[in-house]
Amino acid sequence: MTEPEVLDGLTRILRDLLQDESITLTAATERPDVPGWDSFAYVNFIVAVESEFGVRFQLSDVEAFQNVGEIARQILALKR
Amino acid sequence: MKWLPEAGPDFREHLAAALQAASDGERLNRLSQLARTQLSHLQIIQLDSALSKIVTSEGFERVKLALLGSATMDHLAPALRIAGLRWGVRFEVYVAPYGQYRQELHHPDGALSRFAPDNIVLQLSAKELVGAIPLASSKIVADDAVATVCRDVSGLWGLVRERFGATVIQQSVLDLNASLFGNHDAIVEGAPRRLVSRVNAALQDACAEAGVLWLDIERAAAQDGLDRWFDPLRWLQAKMEISPNAAARFGELVARLVAAQRGKSKKCLVLDLDNTLWGGVIGDDGVDGIKLGEGSGVGEAHLALQRYAKKLSERGVLLAVCSKNDAAIAEAAFRHHPEMALARDDFAAFYANWDDKASNLQAIARDLNIGLDSLVFVDDNPAERARVRGALPTVAVPELPADPAHYVRTLSDGGYFESIALTQEDIDRSSHYAANRARQAVLTASNDMDAFLQQLDMTVAFGPVTPLTLTRVVQLINKTNQFNTNTARRTETEIEALAADPRALTLQLRLRDKFGDNGIVSALTLVPAQGEPEVLEIANWVMSCRVFGRNLEHETLNILVEAALAHGARRLRGAYIPTPKNGVIRDLFSTLGFELAGAHADASIWELALADYTPRQTFIKREGTAHDRT
Repeated sequence: MTEPEVLDGLTRILRDLLQDESITLTAATERPDVPGWDSFAYVNFIVAVESEFGVRFQLSDVEAFQNVGEIARQILALKR
Repeated sequence: MKWLPEAGPDFREHLAAALQAASDGERLNRLSQLARTQLSHLQIIQLDSALSKIVTSEGFERVKLALLGSATMDHLAPALRIAGLRWGVRFEVYVAPYGQYRQELHHPDGALSRFAPDNIVLQLSAKELVGAIPLASSKIVADDAVATVCRDVSGLWGLVRERFGATVIQQSVLDLNASLFGNHDAIVEGAPRRLVSRVNAALQDACAEAGVLWLDIERAAAQDGLDRWFDPLRWLQAKMEISPNAAARFGELVARLVAAQRGKSKKCLVLDLDNTLWGGVIGDDGVDGIKLGEGSGVGEAHLALQRYAKKLSERGVLLAVCSKNDAAIAEAAFRHHPEMALARDDFAAFYANWDDKASNLQAIARDLNIGLDSLVFVDDNPAERARVRGALPTVAVPELPADPAHYVRTLSDGGYFESIALTQEDIDRSSHYAANRARQAVLTASNDMDAFLQQLDMTVAFGPVTPLTLTRVVQLINKTNQFNTNTARRTETEIEALAADPRALTLQLRLRDKFGDNGIVSALTLVPAQGEPEVLEIANWVMSCRVFGRNLEHETLNILVEAALAHGARRLRGAYIPTPKNGVIRDLFSTLGFELAGAHADASIWELALADYTPRQTFIKREGTAHDRT
């Protein structure tokens, strides 16, 4: 799996979660950039990402992610 | 939620299609169908946002429900609304801010008052309720602390009743405490685990009187594993005591309670026959070819489903048959197969024919004067299930797994017959409840052995070994170690040959009592002694330990003597060969009046002259059933 593929997957999940097909995530996207991606939606997003990608983040991961790129890279690291 | 079929890979397309339906009502029905599949947390959120756009609640009962608790509960609301769709309820959900439930309950015109809930779910944490009770508490201190907690919570229930007139759903307190003493946590008075379990017990006691419904999360967590319900990461990240991955289960459990309160639980269990109530196809395999009952694991699995259905009927659930079969053959199976736990008369409707199952289900609903949404249809055939789901979407159709070992658990997990009370009407629908009470009475008054045996109302059905009883008899002979006079094992072919041999005598006995059928519990085979045609030798005599102490061996001998006389014999001969396990019948033959006639190696040989025999008094009456005798 490549980083662009992971980004596509993350985009799909956030579109489904927020019911907004206009969302496109890039490595640089941060939460405030996406309308509606509040802390509650972030928890749901993490839960969905873990289940869709079959990974399990650590508490320090979910508290430290600064942008979508860091999430994608952590997924790739966990999948390796 | 394995009782629901999988959503499949096309969920997003199905959801989009549902939203394209012509009317609001049709859209709501299409979303309800999607709600009857296994959904991920994300899919539930998607379905819930689609639902939020639908104004109508036509065909659904509107219920306002508030979630109040010590932890974050917002993530439970979507799953609750979706679970409601499965139960004919459209929930409007209010979630109180995290940890603010006391303020909300006390505030005379706050947000909760304006919401005017019908139901309030109260989720209180172990930490909050028992966290401050000292570990070193004596029994007296712990008793007092538990009573105080219970009074405090009952006080909250009182507030709900007075201020909102709402029905409280009290969630059992989850024991999330780390182990301090290990197993001893359950014993130490001040140990959090013991305190939580006592608080739960005290709250359960208080519930009934206060008209509060009990939400048994503890049980669900025990079944699914606590890790599925509580995720320390989500607690630390978002103060969720219930993991988002358990939200669907939580919503379902709450929805069932609300549905039960509003009379929306299912009323009738409709059962297929072939490969559902028994293994195999009755029309092809015949009544002695189907797999049912003791003797094979598969047979026992199907029997377990029958017994479960029987129990459900005893608490008031109606039973019906919907099967593609010849009616006469299907009905005969219930009359003639000795292992049937269900009788033909247990069914309020019996549709065995070659018509479409959906039409039969409609006929059953009509006959019983109940709605299609009151039916649960259990069928092993995926094609039949799909057909019924498509034609009659309100009929609940559990997704039976391929392996009958899991049938009972699947039906049980579906929670279709949720009940908030056992009513007089439920009880009157069955006679077994009375038997249970009688059993209590017998058990408490059982210090007089004869009185106990007399009150058991035992009956024995007996006859030679037949094709229908062969498997069980062989199993009994080969598995019994205690009541086994010579521990001689036999193959099915050997017993079959003995049963067919006019010189030999075979006997199998089935014991019933007022509490039910114990099945075939004893068997004997006898052959004429070499060169002594007037002597019958006991080649096997076994009895299940399940019926020790009932004096069945005495009644067995009464029966055996009559049979032997009719057979033309004058003496019975038996050998006791001791083993490490059959010491319990060391004195069997002498107790029964046999005389020692010799010994070789460690075996003792015993004889009984039939002409001298006086029948023994027992409390077992004889019955003759066609299938056991023929």
